Amino acid sequence: MSTLTDLTIPRGNRWRRIATTAPAKSWAIISRKPIGSAGAFIFLVMIILAVFSGQLATHAPNKQDASDRLQPPSLAHFMGTDEAGRDVWSRVVYGARVSLYVGIVSVVLATVAGTALGMTSGFIGGRTDIIVQRVVEMFLAFPTLILALVIMAILGPSVNNLIFAVVMVLTPRFSRVVRGSALATKEEPYIDAARSIGAKPVRILARHLLPNILAPIIVLASTNLGIIMFIEASLSFLGFGTPPPTPSWGRMLSGTASGYFQIAWWLAFFPGLVLSMAILGVNLLGDALRDIWDPRLRGR
Amino acid sequence: MAMFIGRRLLFLVPTLIGVSIIIFILLRVVPGDVAAIMLGDYANPKDVAEVTAKLGLDRPIVVQYAKWMGGVLKGNPGVSFYDGKPVIGELLRTIPVSAELAVLGVFLSLLIGLPLGLISAIKHDSIPDQVSRVVSVLGISIPNFWLAILMLTFLAIWFEWNPPVYYESLLKNPVNNLQQMLIPAITLGTFQMALVSRMTRSSMLEVLRQDYIRTARAKGLGEHLVIYRHAMKNAMIPVVTVVGLNFGILLGGIVTIEQITGVPGVGRLTLLAINQRDFAQIQINVLFFGVVFAFSNLAVDMMYGFLDPRIRQS
Repeated sequence: MSTLTDLTIPRGNRWRRIATTAPAKSWAIISRKPIGSAGAFIFLVMIILAVFSGQLATHAPNKQDASDRLQPPSLAHFMGTDEAGRDVWSRVVYGARVSLYVGIVSVVLATVAGTALGMTSGFIGGRTDIIVQRVVEMFLAFPTLILALVIMAILGPSVNNLIFAVVMVLTPRFSRVVRGSALATKEEPYIDAARSIGAKPVRILARHLLPNILAPIIVLASTNLGIIMFIEASLSFLGFGTPPPTPSWGRMLSGTASGYFQIAWWLAFFPGLVLSMAILGVNLLGDALRDIWDPRLRGR
Repeated sequence: MAMFIGRRLLFLVPTLIGVSIIIFILLRVVPGDVAAIMLGDYANPKDVAEVTAKLGLDRPIVVQYAKWMGGVLKGNPGVSFYDGKPVIGELLRTIPVSAELAVLGVFLSLLIGLPLGLISAIKHDSIPDQVSRVVSVLGISIPNFWLAILMLTFLAIWFEWNPPVYYESLLKNPVNNLQQMLIPAITLGTFQMALVSRMTRSSMLEVLRQDYIRTARAKGLGEHLVIYRHAMKNAMIPVVTVVGLNFGILLGGIVTIEQITGVPGVGRLTLLAINQRDFAQIQINVLFFGVVFAFSNLAVDMMYGFLDPRIRQS
C-alpha cells in the first residue's frame, strides 16, 4: 500500500477493501502453495492449542485419578488416560505450550544472536573474523544434541535452561550462514556508496547490510524451527528437558509411562503423533517460505 | 590428493583441542561441588575434601586440563568417578556396538534413500514421485525416538514379537544381534534416508537439465548410461554434503535410540555417566563424539575431491 492510496481513500473503505479481497487472495495463495498452506494450517492449529489450552483441555492436565487409570480413548477421555489416571488429551494440549514456547523463543534468540555475531564478524573481517570463526568451529564440532544434552545435564532440567541450551548450540550454526551472506553482500557497490558518504559502521550494518540479508535469515530461522522442536522433545524424552510436572510431548513418551506402552498403546501413540504433526507443519511451512524468499533453492 | 588430506588433517588439530577445552570447562562450571554431589546430602566435609583431593579437583583448572590431556594422548584418560575403572576400557567396549549401529543406519538410509530420490527425479511429477516426496517429508518430521517406540510397541501388540533382551555381539550370535539391531538401525537411518532421497531428487533434477546431459543423449547414449555415468556423479555432490552435515544428528540419535532399545553402546554409556555424574567418563565420551564428527566431516571433504577433480587440485 502506497502513501498515495492512503491519502486518497478514506480509512473505512480501505478495511472494507481488504475484507472483500482477502478471501480471494487467500484462496490464490492456498491453490498456488497447497502444501505450504497445509503447513501453515497445522502451525495455526498448534498455536490455537497452545493459546487456548485452558478452554480445550477437558481435564486438569496434572490431576491424577487412581480409579481412572489406563482407560482407552473414549468420549470422556479423547486420547485415554495414563498410568496415573491423567487425561492424555489435556496433557497433549498443554504440551503444545512448552513445545511452541521453547521453539519460538529459542529460534528468535538464536537468530538474533547468530545474526549479530555472523554479520559483525563477516563485516569487520580481518583478525576479529578469524578468531570468531575458530571459536564457532569448535562449537560446530559437537553433534548438536550431545552438546545440548551436556549443557542440560550441568544446568538441570527447566524450560529456561532448555532455551539457553538450544540457543547455545544453534547460534554458531546460524552465525556461520549469516556470515556467508554478509561476506557476499558487503562487496556490493551500495555498501561502498554508504561508506563514502560517511555512514558509520553501525548504520551500514543496520540500514544497508541487514535488510539485504534478511531473506536468507528468515529462511534459516523457519527451516530450523522443526529441528529445535525435535531437540526439545529429545531432551525432554531423555529426562533433561522440561521438569515434571509440566506436560511435555517428549516426556510423556518416557519415564514410568513407557512400561505400559504394550498394554496401553494410546500412551505411546498420541503424544508422538501430535509432536510429529507439529514438526511436519513447521517443516512444510518452512519449505514454502524458502521457496518464496529464496527462489534459487526452489524444490530442494 | 595426499597433500589435500594432509592439510585437512592438520586443520583438525586446533578444532579438536578446542572441543576438549570446551567440554572440560563446561563440566567444571557445574553448580555445586562435584564431590559433594557424589557423596550425597549427608556427607561430612572431611570426606568431601578427601574425595576432591583424590580426584584432583582441588588443583588449578589448567593443571587439571594438562594432566587430563596428557592422559588422553597416552591412551589413559583417567578412571571413572563412579566405580574407579579406567574410562577408556568402558568406551572401547561400547564403541563396536555403536559403530555397527551407525554403519547399519547409514547403509539402510542409502539403500532406500538413493533409489527413492532417483525414481522421483527420473519420473518427475508422477505418482511414484509424489509418494517418495511424502515419504521424505515424513521421514524428516517424525522424531526417531517416537518411531522406535511405535515399532517396538506395535510389533509386540500385533505380532507378539520383541527383540532379544540380552545384547550379543555380531560375531558371537549374528541372528540375535541383527534382530536387536534392526529397529535401532531403521529408526536411526530414517532421517538420513529422507534427506538423501530429497537431496538426490532435487540435485538430479538440476543436473538432468544441463547441456552435457543433452549432449550425451544426442550422441545416442542409452538412458541408463546417461543417468548412471553422467548425471549421478555430479548429482552426488550435494547429497554427500547433506549427509555429512547431518551426520551430527545421527550421532545425537545414537543416544536416544540406544536408550529406548537398550543397545549397550556409547550413547547409553554417556547417558549413564551423566546420570551418575561420572565426569571422567562423560568427558572422554563427548570428546569421542567430537572426534568421530570431525572425521566424518573430513570424509565428506575427501568425497568432494573424489567426485569433483577441480576441488582436489585447488
